Amino acid sequence: MIDRSEVLHIARLARLSLEETEIEAITAELSSILDHVDQISSLDLEGVEPTAHSVAQSGALRPDVPVESLGKDAVLSQAPATDGSGFEVPSPGGGS
Amino acid sequence: MSSDLTTLSASAASAKVKSGEVDAHELFEQWRERSRLDDLNALSWSADSVPAEIHTGGPLGGVPLGVKDLFCTEGVPSQSGSKILEGYLPPYSATVVDALAAAGAPLLAKTHQDEFAMGSSNENCAFGAVINPWDRGRVPGGSSGGSAAAVAAGLVPWALGTDTGGSIRQPAALCGVVGLKPTYGSVSRYGMIAFASSLDQAGPITNSVADAALLYSQMTGRDVHDSTSVDHPDPVSEVPAADLTGVRIGVPTELSGEGIESGVLDAFNASLELAKSLGATVEPCHLPHAPHALSAYYLIAPAECSSNLARFDGVRYGLRVDPGEGLDAMYGATRSQGFGPEVRRRIMLGTYALSSGYYDAYYGRAQRVRTLISQDFDTAFESFDVIATPTSPCVAFELGSKTDDPLSMYLSDFCTVPMSLAGIPAISIPNGLSEGLPVGLQLVGPAFSENRILGIAASLEAAIGFDGSAARL
Repeated sequence: MIDRSEVLHIARLARLSLEETEIEAITAELSSILDHVDQISSLDLEGVEPTAHSVAQSGALRPDVPVESLGKDAVLSQAPATDGSGFEVPSPGGGS
Repeated sequence: MSSDLTTLSASAASAKVKSGEVDAHELFEQWRERSRLDDLNALSWSADSVPAEIHTGGPLGGVPLGVKDLFCTEGVPSQSGSKILEGYLPPYSATVVDALAAAGAPLLAKTHQDEFAMGSSNENCAFGAVINPWDRGRVPGGSSGGSAAAVAAGLVPWALGTDTGGSIRQPAALCGVVGLKPTYGSVSRYGMIAFASSLDQAGPITNSVADAALLYSQMTGRDVHDSTSVDHPDPVSEVPAADLTGVRIGVPTELSGEGIESGVLDAFNASLELAKSLGATVEPCHLPHAPHALSAYYLIAPAECSSNLARFDGVRYGLRVDPGEGLDAMYGATRSQGFGPEVRRRIMLGTYALSSGYYDAYYGRAQRVRTLISQDFDTAFESFDVIATPTSPCVAFELGSKTDDPLSMYLSDFCTVPMSLAGIPAISIPNGLSEGLPVGLQLVGPAFSENRILGIAASLEAAIGFDGSAARL
Protein backbone atom coordinates (compact mmCIF):
# COMPACT_ATOMS: atom_id res chain seq x y z
CA MET A 1 0.00 0.00 0.00
CA ILE A 2 2.74 2.46 0.96
CA ASP A 3 6.46 1.74 0.59
CA ARG A 4 9.63 2.80 2.32
CA SER A 5 10.49 5.56 -0.15
CA GLU A 6 7.01 7.09 0.18
CA VAL A 7 7.29 6.98 3.98
CA LEU A 8 10.60 8.83 3.82
CA HIS A 9 9.10 11.39 1.43
CA ILE A 10 6.10 11.98 3.72
CA ALA A 11 8.35 12.27 6.79
CA ARG A 12 10.39 14.88 4.95
CA LEU A 13 7.23 16.87 4.06
CA ALA A 14 6.05 16.64 7.70
CA ARG A 15 9.47 17.64 9.09
CA LEU A 16 9.77 14.44 11.10
CA SER A 17 13.16 12.76 11.44
CA LEU A 18 12.65 8.99 11.51
CA GLU A 19 15.12 6.61 13.11
CA GLU A 20 16.23 3.83 10.77
CA THR A 21 14.80 1.31 13.24
CA GLU A 22 11.26 2.75 13.13
CA ILE A 23 10.82 3.10 9.36
CA GLU A 24 9.74 -0.50 8.84
CA ALA A 25 7.18 -0.41 11.67
CA ILE A 26 5.68 2.90 10.51
CA THR A 27 5.45 1.60 6.95
CA ALA A 28 3.53 -1.46 8.16
CA GLU A 29 1.21 0.55 10.45
CA LEU A 30 0.37 3.13 7.78
CA SER A 31 -0.23 0.37 5.22
CA SER A 32 -2.67 -1.40 7.51
CA ILE A 33 -4.57 1.83 8.27
CA LEU A 34 -4.65 2.81 4.58
CA ASP A 35 -5.93 -0.65 3.65
CA HIS A 36 -8.83 -0.13 6.04
CA VAL A 37 -9.72 3.44 5.05
CA ASP A 38 -9.46 2.51 1.38
CA GLN A 39 -12.89 0.86 1.67
CA ILE A 40 -14.37 4.24 0.74
CA SER A 41 -12.91 3.79 -2.73
CA SER A 42 -15.74 1.30 -3.37
CA LEU A 43 -18.46 3.93 -2.88
CA ASP A 44 -20.11 5.63 -5.83
CA LEU A 45 -19.58 9.32 -5.10
CA GLU A 46 -20.52 10.68 -8.51
CA GLY A 47 -22.27 14.02 -8.09
CA VAL A 48 -21.81 14.14 -4.28
CA GLU A 49 -20.55 17.52 -3.08
CA PRO A 50 -17.77 17.54 -0.46
CA THR A 51 -18.47 18.81 3.07
CA ALA A 52 -15.66 20.85 4.62
CA HIS A 53 -17.64 22.07 7.62
CA SER A 54 -20.83 20.66 9.07
CA VAL A 55 -22.26 24.08 9.93
CA ALA A 56 -23.08 25.90 6.71
CA GLN A 57 -21.49 29.27 7.16
CA SER A 58 -19.00 31.25 5.18
CA GLY A 59 -17.22 34.53 5.56
CA ALA A 60 -18.39 35.29 9.09
CA LEU A 61 -16.42 38.42 9.79
CA ARG A 62 -16.11 40.40 12.99
CA PRO A 63 -16.41 44.18 12.91
CA ASP A 64 -13.14 45.70 11.69
CA VAL A 65 -12.34 47.51 14.93
CA PRO A 66 -8.75 47.73 16.19
CA VAL A 67 -8.30 46.13 19.60
CA GLU A 68 -5.25 45.68 21.78
CA SER A 69 -3.36 42.44 21.19
CA LEU A 70 -0.96 40.57 23.43
CA GLY A 71 2.17 42.53 24.38
CA LYS A 72 5.55 41.59 22.94
CA ASP A 73 6.90 40.40 26.30
CA ALA A 74 3.93 38.07 26.77
CA VAL A 75 4.34 36.66 23.27
CA LEU A 76 8.08 36.13 23.67
CA SER A 77 7.77 34.73 27.21
CA GLN A 78 7.33 31.11 26.05
CA ALA A 79 9.92 31.11 23.27
CA PRO A 80 12.79 28.61 23.52
CA ALA A 81 15.25 31.34 22.39
CA THR A 82 14.78 35.09 22.12
CA ASP A 83 16.94 38.19 22.11
CA GLY A 84 14.16 40.21 23.73
CA SER A 85 12.94 41.69 20.45
CA GLY A 86 12.14 38.56 18.43
CA PHE A 87 12.42 34.79 18.15
CA GLU A 88 15.93 33.40 17.63
CA VAL A 89 16.35 30.44 15.28
CA PRO A 90 19.32 28.47 13.98
CA SER A 91 20.70 29.55 10.62
CA PRO A 92 18.62 28.21 7.70
CA GLY A 93 21.85 27.42 5.89
CA GLY A 94 23.17 25.02 8.52
CA GLY A 95 25.19 25.49 11.70
CA SER A 96 23.81 27.20 14.79
CA MET B 1 -15.89 22.51 60.46
CA SER B 2 -18.91 22.56 58.20
CA SER B 3 -20.36 19.51 56.47
CA ASP B 4 -18.79 17.81 53.43
CA LEU B 5 -19.86 20.04 50.56
CA THR B 6 -18.17 17.81 47.96
CA THR B 7 -20.96 15.24 48.21
CA LEU B 8 -23.40 17.80 46.77
CA SER B 9 -24.08 17.70 43.05
CA ALA B 10 -22.74 20.70 41.12
CA SER B 11 -26.30 21.98 40.55
CA ALA B 12 -27.20 21.60 44.21
CA ALA B 13 -23.98 23.31 45.37
CA SER B 14 -24.60 26.12 42.91
CA ALA B 15 -28.12 26.65 44.28
CA LYS B 16 -26.88 26.66 47.87
CA VAL B 17 -24.17 29.23 47.14
CA LYS B 18 -26.69 31.45 45.38
CA SER B 19 -29.13 31.21 48.30
CA GLY B 20 -26.36 32.12 50.74
CA GLU B 21 -26.47 28.75 52.50
CA VAL B 22 -22.94 27.78 51.39
CA ASP B 23 -19.85 29.98 51.16
CA ALA B 24 -18.15 29.72 47.74
CA HIS B 25 -14.65 30.03 49.21
CA GLU B 26 -15.35 27.18 51.65
CA LEU B 27 -16.74 25.12 48.75
CA PHE B 28 -13.61 25.76 46.67
CA GLU B 29 -11.33 24.89 49.59
CA GLN B 30 -13.10 21.59 50.20
CA TRP B 31 -12.86 20.68 46.51
CA ARG B 32 -9.19 21.74 46.51
CA GLU B 33 -8.57 19.22 49.29
CA ARG B 34 -10.56 16.55 47.41
CA SER B 35 -8.47 17.11 44.29
CA ARG B 36 -5.34 16.28 46.34
CA LEU B 37 -6.63 12.69 46.68
CA ASP B 38 -5.91 12.02 42.99
CA ASP B 39 -4.02 8.75 42.68
CA LEU B 40 -5.43 8.05 39.20
CA ASN B 41 -3.12 10.50 37.36
CA ALA B 42 -6.35 12.23 36.35
CA LEU B 43 -5.15 15.75 37.15
CA SER B 44 -2.21 17.56 35.58
CA TRP B 45 -2.48 20.62 37.85
CA SER B 46 -4.64 21.81 40.72
CA ALA B 47 -5.03 25.19 42.38
CA ASP B 48 -2.70 25.80 45.33
CA SER B 49 -5.01 28.36 46.90
CA VAL B 50 -8.56 29.64 46.82
CA PRO B 51 -9.02 32.48 44.28
CA ALA B 52 -9.43 35.89 45.92
CA GLU B 53 -12.53 36.58 43.84
CA ILE B 54 -15.21 34.05 42.87
CA HIS B 55 -18.20 35.21 40.80
CA THR B 56 -20.89 33.81 43.06
CA GLY B 57 -23.57 36.03 41.53
CA GLY B 58 -23.26 34.25 38.16
CA PRO B 59 -25.54 31.47 36.98
CA LEU B 60 -23.03 28.78 38.04
CA GLY B 61 -22.81 30.11 41.58
CA GLY B 62 -19.10 29.56 42.24
CA VAL B 63 -18.83 25.78 41.73
CA PRO B 64 -15.20 25.07 40.74
CA LEU B 65 -14.27 23.45 37.43
CA GLY B 66 -11.89 20.82 36.07
CA VAL B 67 -10.55 21.70 32.61
CA LYS B 68 -8.92 19.40 30.05
CA ASP B 69 -5.23 20.13 29.59
CA LEU B 70 -5.65 21.39 25.98
CA PHE B 71 -7.63 24.49 26.96
CA CYS B 72 -5.33 27.48 27.29
CA THR B 73 -5.46 28.83 30.85
CA GLU B 74 -3.48 31.99 31.47
CA GLY B 75 -0.40 31.34 33.57
CA VAL B 76 -1.41 27.71 34.23
CA PRO B 77 0.33 24.82 32.41
CA SER B 78 -1.56 23.89 29.20
CA GLN B 79 0.31 21.04 27.57
CA SER B 80 -2.27 19.09 25.56
CA GLY B 81 -0.75 15.92 26.98
CA SER B 82 2.42 16.49 24.95
CA LYS B 83 6.11 16.68 25.72
CA ILE B 84 6.38 19.32 22.98
CA LEU B 85 4.32 21.68 25.19
CA GLU B 86 5.69 20.60 28.58
CA GLY B 87 5.46 23.53 30.99
CA TYR B 88 3.80 25.84 28.44
CA LEU B 89 2.14 28.79 30.23
CA PRO B 90 -0.30 30.48 27.85
CA PRO B 91 -0.47 34.28 27.92
CA TYR B 92 -4.28 34.11 27.53
CA SER B 93 -7.22 31.85 28.37
CA ALA B 94 -9.65 30.07 26.06
CA THR B 95 -12.91 31.96 25.51
CA VAL B 96 -14.96 29.18 27.12
CA VAL B 97 -12.72 29.06 30.23
CA ASP B 98 -13.08 32.83 30.68
CA ALA B 99 -16.84 32.63 30.06
CA LEU B 100 -17.29 29.91 32.68
CA ALA B 101 -15.16 31.75 35.26
CA ALA B 102 -17.26 34.88 34.68
CA ALA B 103 -20.44 32.79 35.07
CA GLY B 104 -19.18 31.44 38.38
CA ALA B 105 -17.09 28.33 37.67
CA PRO B 106 -13.52 29.16 38.78
CA LEU B 107 -10.61 26.96 37.65
CA LEU B 108 -9.89 24.21 40.19
CA ALA B 109 -7.78 21.74 38.20
CA LYS B 110 -6.49 20.74 34.76
CA THR B 111 -6.98 17.16 33.60
CA HIS B 112 -4.78 14.72 31.70
CA GLN B 113 -5.66 13.62 28.18
CA ASP B 114 -4.32 11.71 25.21
CA GLU B 115 -1.64 13.75 23.45
CA PHE B 116 -3.33 16.43 21.31
CA ALA B 117 -6.61 14.56 21.96
CA MET B 118 -5.53 11.65 19.77
CA GLY B 119 -6.54 8.44 21.47
CA SER B 120 -9.36 6.41 22.97
CA SER B 121 -7.65 5.19 26.15
CA ASN B 122 -5.59 8.04 27.61
CA GLU B 123 -2.50 5.90 27.24
CA ASN B 124 -1.09 8.33 24.64
CA CYS B 125 -0.30 10.91 27.32
CA ALA B 126 3.30 12.11 27.69
CA PHE B 127 2.71 12.40 31.44
CA GLY B 128 1.48 8.86 32.06
CA ALA B 129 -1.75 6.93 31.55
CA VAL B 130 -4.90 7.84 33.51
CA ILE B 131 -6.44 5.02 35.57
CA ASN B 132 -10.17 4.15 35.57
CA PRO B 133 -11.58 4.60 39.11
CA TRP B 134 -13.91 1.60 38.59
CA ASP B 135 -10.99 -0.80 38.02
CA ARG B 136 -7.39 0.24 38.43
CA GLY B 137 -6.23 -2.20 35.77
CA ARG B 138 -8.32 -0.52 33.10
CA VAL B 139 -8.31 2.59 30.93
CA PRO B 140 -10.75 5.49 31.48
CA GLY B 141 -11.24 5.96 27.73
CA GLY B 142 -10.04 8.97 25.85
CA SER B 143 -9.13 11.45 24.91
CA SER B 144 -10.86 13.36 27.76
CA GLY B 145 -10.07 10.48 30.15
CA GLY B 146 -8.68 12.68 32.91
CA SER B 147 -11.86 14.78 33.01
CA ALA B 148 -14.12 11.71 33.01
CA ALA B 149 -12.09 9.86 35.67
CA ALA B 150 -11.87 13.00 37.85
CA VAL B 151 -15.65 13.56 37.73
CA ALA B 152 -16.39 9.87 38.39
CA ALA B 153 -13.93 9.73 41.29
CA GLY B 154 -15.26 12.95 42.84
CA LEU B 155 -11.99 14.87 42.43
CA VAL B 156 -13.78 17.76 40.69
CA PRO B 157 -17.51 18.60 40.71
CA TRP B 158 -17.68 18.91 36.91
CA ALA B 159 -15.30 19.28 34.02
CA LEU B 160 -14.69 20.40 30.46
CA GLY B 161 -13.73 17.93 27.77
CA THR B 162 -13.40 18.12 24.01
CA ASP B 163 -14.79 15.74 21.43
CA THR B 164 -13.42 15.27 17.91
CA GLY B 165 -14.62 11.72 17.18
CA GLY B 166 -15.95 10.62 20.59
CA SER B 167 -13.47 12.04 23.07
CA ILE B 168 -16.14 13.30 25.49
CA ARG B 169 -18.74 10.55 25.04
CA GLN B 170 -16.54 7.43 25.09
CA PRO B 171 -14.62 8.24 28.33
CA ALA B 172 -17.90 9.39 29.93
CA ALA B 173 -19.35 5.97 29.06
CA LEU B 174 -16.32 4.05 30.34
CA CYS B 175 -16.26 6.01 33.63
CA GLY B 176 -20.02 6.05 34.31
CA VAL B 177 -20.62 9.79 33.93
CA VAL B 178 -22.54 12.11 31.59
CA GLY B 179 -20.80 13.63 28.55
CA LEU B 180 -22.33 16.03 26.02
CA LYS B 181 -20.79 16.69 22.61
CA PRO B 182 -22.62 19.82 21.51
CA THR B 183 -23.50 20.92 17.98
CA TYR B 184 -20.36 21.97 16.12
CA GLY B 185 -19.99 25.75 16.27
CA SER B 186 -22.14 26.29 19.35
CA VAL B 187 -19.06 26.65 21.60
CA SER B 188 -16.06 28.79 20.69
CA ARG B 189 -12.86 26.87 19.92
CA TYR B 190 -10.65 29.92 20.60
CA GLY B 191 -7.88 28.89 22.98
CA MET B 192 -8.41 25.16 22.49
CA ILE B 193 -5.13 23.67 21.25
CA ALA B 194 -6.39 22.38 17.90
CA PHE B 195 -6.50 18.78 16.68
CA ALA B 196 -9.00 18.70 13.77
CA SER B 197 -10.64 22.09 13.38
CA SER B 198 -13.76 21.04 11.45
CA LEU B 199 -14.61 18.48 14.16
CA ASP B 200 -13.25 19.70 17.54
CA GLN B 201 -15.93 20.81 19.99
CA ALA B 202 -15.85 21.51 23.74
CA GLY B 203 -18.51 20.11 26.05
CA PRO B 204 -19.35 19.26 29.66
CA ILE B 205 -18.51 16.05 31.54
CA THR B 206 -20.65 15.81 34.68
CA ASN B 207 -22.36 13.54 37.20
CA SER B 208 -25.86 14.28 35.94
CA VAL B 209 -27.80 15.53 32.94
CA ALA B 210 -28.93 18.55 34.98
CA ASP B 211 -25.30 19.48 35.69
CA ALA B 212 -24.43 19.08 31.99
CA ALA B 213 -27.31 21.37 30.99
CA LEU B 214 -26.30 23.98 33.57
CA LEU B 215 -22.63 24.04 32.50
CA TYR B 216 -23.42 23.97 28.76
CA SER B 217 -25.91 26.83 29.19
CA GLN B 218 -22.96 29.13 29.92
CA MET B 219 -20.63 27.84 27.18
CA THR B 220 -22.46 28.80 24.00
CA GLY B 221 -22.44 31.81 21.74
CA ARG B 222 -20.71 33.51 18.86
CA ASP B 223 -17.13 34.54 19.57
CA VAL B 224 -15.35 37.10 17.38
CA HIS B 225 -12.18 35.02 17.82
CA ASP B 226 -13.70 31.91 16.17
CA SER B 227 -15.25 32.47 12.74
CA THR B 228 -16.96 29.05 12.87
CA SER B 229 -18.82 29.84 16.10
CA VAL B 230 -22.51 30.73 15.97
CA ASP B 231 -25.20 31.93 18.33
CA HIS B 232 -27.35 29.03 19.49
CA PRO B 233 -30.86 29.43 17.98
CA ASP B 234 -32.40 27.55 20.94
CA PRO B 235 -30.14 28.26 23.92
CA VAL B 236 -30.19 25.81 26.80
CA SER B 237 -31.28 27.08 30.19
CA GLU B 238 -33.00 24.79 32.67
CA VAL B 239 -33.89 21.46 31.11
CA PRO B 240 -36.87 19.70 32.63
CA ALA B 241 -37.07 15.94 32.10
CA ALA B 242 -39.11 15.37 28.93
CA ASP B 243 -42.37 13.44 28.81
CA LEU B 244 -41.47 10.45 26.64
CA THR B 245 -45.05 9.83 25.53
CA GLY B 246 -44.99 9.62 21.74
CA VAL B 247 -41.25 10.34 21.47
CA ARG B 248 -39.94 8.46 18.43
CA ILE B 249 -36.60 6.76 19.08
CA GLY B 250 -34.71 5.39 16.08
CA VAL B 251 -32.15 2.62 16.54
CA PRO B 252 -29.71 2.42 13.62
CA THR B 253 -29.14 -1.22 12.76
CA GLU B 254 -25.63 -0.35 11.53
CA LEU B 255 -24.54 0.81 15.02
CA SER B 256 -26.39 -1.53 17.34
CA GLY B 257 -25.51 -5.06 16.37
CA GLU B 258 -22.30 -6.50 15.00
CA GLY B 259 -19.14 -5.56 16.90
CA ILE B 260 -20.91 -4.63 20.15
CA GLU B 261 -20.14 -6.65 23.30
CA SER B 262 -23.12 -8.71 24.44
CA GLY B 263 -23.22 -7.13 27.93
CA VAL B 264 -23.28 -3.66 26.36
CA LEU B 265 -26.04 -4.72 23.98
CA ASP B 266 -28.10 -6.24 26.83
CA ALA B 267 -27.91 -2.97 28.80
CA PHE B 268 -28.82 -1.02 25.64
CA ASN B 269 -31.87 -3.18 24.90
CA ALA B 270 -33.02 -3.01 28.53
CA SER B 271 -33.03 0.80 28.39
CA LEU B 272 -34.97 0.77 25.12
CA GLU B 273 -37.60 -1.35 26.91
CA LEU B 274 -37.63 1.23 29.72
CA ALA B 275 -38.17 4.00 27.17
CA LYS B 276 -41.10 2.06 25.70
CA SER B 277 -42.61 1.61 29.15
CA LEU B 278 -42.48 5.41 29.52
CA GLY B 279 -44.45 5.88 26.30
CA ALA B 280 -41.74 6.21 23.65
CA THR B 281 -41.84 4.30 20.39
CA VAL B 282 -38.67 2.43 19.44
CA GLU B 283 -38.13 1.40 15.82
CA PRO B 284 -35.11 0.39 13.76
CA CYS B 285 -33.69 2.99 11.38
CA HIS B 286 -30.88 3.10 8.85
CA LEU B 287 -27.70 5.11 8.50
CA PRO B 288 -26.43 3.26 5.42
CA HIS B 289 -23.12 5.12 5.19
CA ALA B 290 -22.28 4.97 8.90
CA PRO B 291 -20.04 1.91 8.40
CA HIS B 292 -17.80 4.15 6.25
CA ALA B 293 -17.61 6.92 8.86
CA LEU B 294 -14.45 5.62 10.52
CA SER B 295 -12.61 5.50 7.21
CA ALA B 296 -13.64 9.06 6.35
CA TYR B 297 -12.79 10.20 9.87
CA TYR B 298 -9.33 8.64 9.85
CA LEU B 299 -8.54 10.58 6.68
CA ILE B 300 -10.14 13.93 7.56
CA ALA B 301 -8.95 14.17 11.19
CA PRO B 302 -5.30 13.26 10.46
CA ALA B 303 -5.27 15.62 7.46
CA GLU B 304 -6.43 18.52 9.62
CA CYS B 305 -4.06 17.47 12.42
CA SER B 306 -1.05 17.43 10.09
CA SER B 307 -1.86 21.01 9.15
CA ASN B 308 -2.66 22.23 12.68
CA LEU B 309 0.40 20.64 14.26
CA ALA B 310 2.77 22.26 11.76
CA ARG B 311 2.92 25.16 14.22
CA PHE B 312 4.96 23.12 16.70
CA ASP B 313 8.40 23.81 15.29
CA GLY B 314 10.54 24.82 18.28
CA VAL B 315 10.41 28.54 17.44
CA ARG B 316 7.65 30.36 19.32
CA TYR B 317 6.82 28.07 22.25
CA GLY B 318 7.46 24.66 23.71
CA LEU B 319 10.32 22.25 23.22
CA ARG B 320 13.34 22.89 21.01
CA VAL B 321 15.85 20.17 20.19
CA ASP B 322 18.76 21.61 18.21
CA PRO B 323 21.39 19.20 16.88
CA GLY B 324 23.38 22.22 15.65
CA GLU B 325 22.95 21.43 11.97
CA GLY B 326 20.74 24.33 10.95
CA LEU B 327 17.06 25.27 10.99
CA ASP B 328 15.66 22.28 9.12
CA ALA B 329 17.48 19.79 11.35
CA MET B 330 16.12 21.65 14.40
CA TYR B 331 12.54 21.30 13.07
CA GLY B 332 12.95 17.57 12.47
CA ALA B 333 14.63 16.81 15.78
CA THR B 334 12.16 18.92 17.80
CA ARG B 335 9.09 17.35 16.21
CA SER B 336 10.37 13.78 16.31
CA GLN B 337 11.35 13.98 19.96
CA GLY B 338 8.47 16.22 21.05
CA PHE B 339 5.58 14.22 19.56
CA GLY B 340 4.64 10.73 20.75
CA PRO B 341 4.18 7.76 18.40
CA GLU B 342 0.41 8.14 17.81
CA VAL B 343 0.72 11.84 17.00
CA ARG B 344 3.60 11.16 14.60
CA ARG B 345 1.55 8.37 12.98
CA ARG B 346 -1.43 10.67 12.41
CA ILE B 347 0.73 13.51 11.10
CA MET B 348 2.24 11.05 8.61
CA LEU B 349 -1.18 9.69 7.63
CA GLY B 350 -2.60 13.20 7.18
CA THR B 351 0.39 14.45 5.24
CA TYR B 352 0.02 11.45 2.91
CA ALA B 353 -3.74 12.01 2.48
CA LEU B 354 -3.11 15.63 1.52
CA SER B 355 -0.05 15.07 -0.64
CA SER B 356 0.10 15.62 -4.36
CA GLY B 357 -1.40 12.74 -6.29
CA TYR B 358 -3.41 11.37 -3.35
CA TYR B 359 -5.54 14.35 -2.34
CA ASP B 360 -8.57 13.47 -4.51
CA ALA B 361 -8.42 9.75 -3.70
CA TYR B 362 -8.29 10.24 0.04
CA TYR B 363 -9.16 13.66 1.49
CA GLY B 364 -11.49 14.63 -1.35
CA ARG B 365 -13.38 11.33 -1.23
CA ALA B 366 -13.58 11.41 2.56
CA GLN B 367 -15.26 14.83 2.42
CA ARG B 368 -17.84 13.46 0.00
CA VAL B 369 -18.52 10.50 2.29
CA ARG B 370 -19.04 13.06 5.04
CA THR B 371 -21.84 14.60 2.98
CA LEU B 372 -23.54 11.19 2.62
CA ILE B 373 -23.31 10.57 6.37
CA SER B 374 -24.94 13.94 7.11
CA GLN B 375 -27.69 13.19 4.61
CA ASP B 376 -28.34 9.82 6.30
CA PHE B 377 -28.98 11.64 9.58
CA ASP B 378 -31.20 14.24 7.88
CA THR B 379 -33.31 11.43 6.44
CA ALA B 380 -33.51 9.57 9.76
CA PHE B 381 -34.61 12.71 11.62
CA GLU B 382 -37.58 13.06 9.26
CA SER B 383 -39.04 9.97 10.98
CA PHE B 384 -37.44 10.07 14.44
CA ASP B 385 -37.03 12.62 17.23
CA VAL B 386 -33.85 11.10 18.55
CA ILE B 387 -31.44 8.32 17.61
CA ALA B 388 -30.11 5.92 20.25
CA THR B 389 -26.99 3.73 20.13
CA PRO B 390 -24.56 2.25 22.61
CA THR B 391 -21.82 4.89 23.17
CA SER B 392 -18.90 2.49 23.13
CA PRO B 393 -18.95 -1.03 21.71
CA CYS B 394 -17.13 -2.29 24.82
CA VAL B 395 -16.65 -1.56 28.50
CA ALA B 396 -13.34 -0.16 29.76
CA PHE B 397 -10.53 -2.37 28.47
CA GLU B 398 -7.34 -3.38 30.24
CA LEU B 399 -4.39 -1.03 30.23
CA GLY B 400 -1.99 -1.97 27.44
CA SER B 401 -4.42 -4.31 25.68
CA LYS B 402 -4.78 -2.22 22.49
CA THR B 403 -1.64 -0.08 22.44
CA ASP B 404 0.17 -2.29 19.93
CA ASP B 405 -2.65 -2.22 17.40
CA PRO B 406 -3.64 1.33 16.35
CA LEU B 407 -6.43 0.08 14.09
CA SER B 408 -8.21 -1.87 16.86
CA MET B 409 -8.02 1.26 19.04
CA TYR B 410 -9.60 3.31 16.22
CA LEU B 411 -12.49 0.82 15.94
CA SER B 412 -13.60 1.65 19.49
CA ASP B 413 -14.90 4.98 18.10
CA PHE B 414 -17.29 3.52 15.57
CA CYS B 415 -20.53 4.49 17.37
CA THR B 416 -19.41 8.08 18.02
CA VAL B 417 -17.59 9.17 14.84
CA PRO B 418 -20.64 9.50 12.49
CA MET B 419 -22.18 12.25 14.68
CA SER B 420 -18.89 14.13 14.76
CA LEU B 421 -18.66 14.14 10.97
CA ALA B 422 -22.26 15.43 10.79
CA GLY B 423 -21.58 18.06 13.49
CA ILE B 424 -24.73 17.11 15.41
CA PRO B 425 -25.18 16.92 19.19
CA ALA B 426 -24.95 13.66 21.11
CA ILE B 427 -24.97 12.84 24.79
CA SER B 428 -23.76 9.75 26.64
CA ILE B 429 -25.47 8.85 29.90
CA PRO B 430 -24.64 5.99 32.29
CA ASN B 431 -26.61 2.90 31.35
CA GLY B 432 -25.90 0.42 34.11
CA LEU B 433 -23.01 -2.00 34.44
CA SER B 434 -21.69 -4.95 32.47
CA GLU B 435 -19.16 -7.18 34.24
CA GLY B 436 -19.10 -4.55 37.00
CA LEU B 437 -18.04 -1.79 34.59
CA PRO B 438 -20.07 1.18 33.33
CA VAL B 439 -21.88 1.14 29.99
CA GLY B 440 -22.96 4.26 28.08
CA LEU B 441 -26.19 5.05 26.21
CA GLN B 442 -25.85 7.60 23.40
CA LEU B 443 -28.74 9.87 22.38
CA VAL B 444 -28.38 11.91 19.20
CA GLY B 445 -30.46 14.76 17.75
CA PRO B 446 -30.37 17.19 14.82
CA ALA B 447 -28.14 20.28 14.92
CA PHE B 448 -28.96 22.63 17.82
CA SER B 449 -31.41 20.16 19.43
CA GLU B 450 -29.55 20.15 22.78
CA ASN B 451 -32.74 21.03 24.66
CA ARG B 452 -34.49 18.00 23.18
CA ILE B 453 -31.74 15.44 23.80
CA LEU B 454 -31.00 16.76 27.29
CA GLY B 455 -34.69 16.49 28.20
CA ILE B 456 -34.98 12.93 26.89
CA ALA B 457 -31.67 12.03 28.56
CA ALA B 458 -32.94 13.40 31.90
CA SER B 459 -36.03 11.18 31.72
CA LEU B 460 -34.04 8.07 30.88
CA GLU B 461 -31.42 8.93 33.52
CA ALA B 462 -34.16 8.99 36.18
CA ALA B 463 -35.63 5.70 34.91
CA ILE B 464 -32.25 3.93 34.73
CA GLY B 465 -31.30 5.11 38.23
CA PHE B 466 -27.53 4.54 37.83
CA ASP B 467 -25.49 4.62 41.04
CA GLY B 468 -21.90 5.73 40.42
CA SER B 469 -20.85 6.01 44.05
CA ALA B 470 -18.54 2.97 43.86
CA ALA B 471 -16.07 5.03 41.79
CA ARG B 472 -15.73 7.83 44.36
CA LEU B 473 -12.31 7.98 46.00
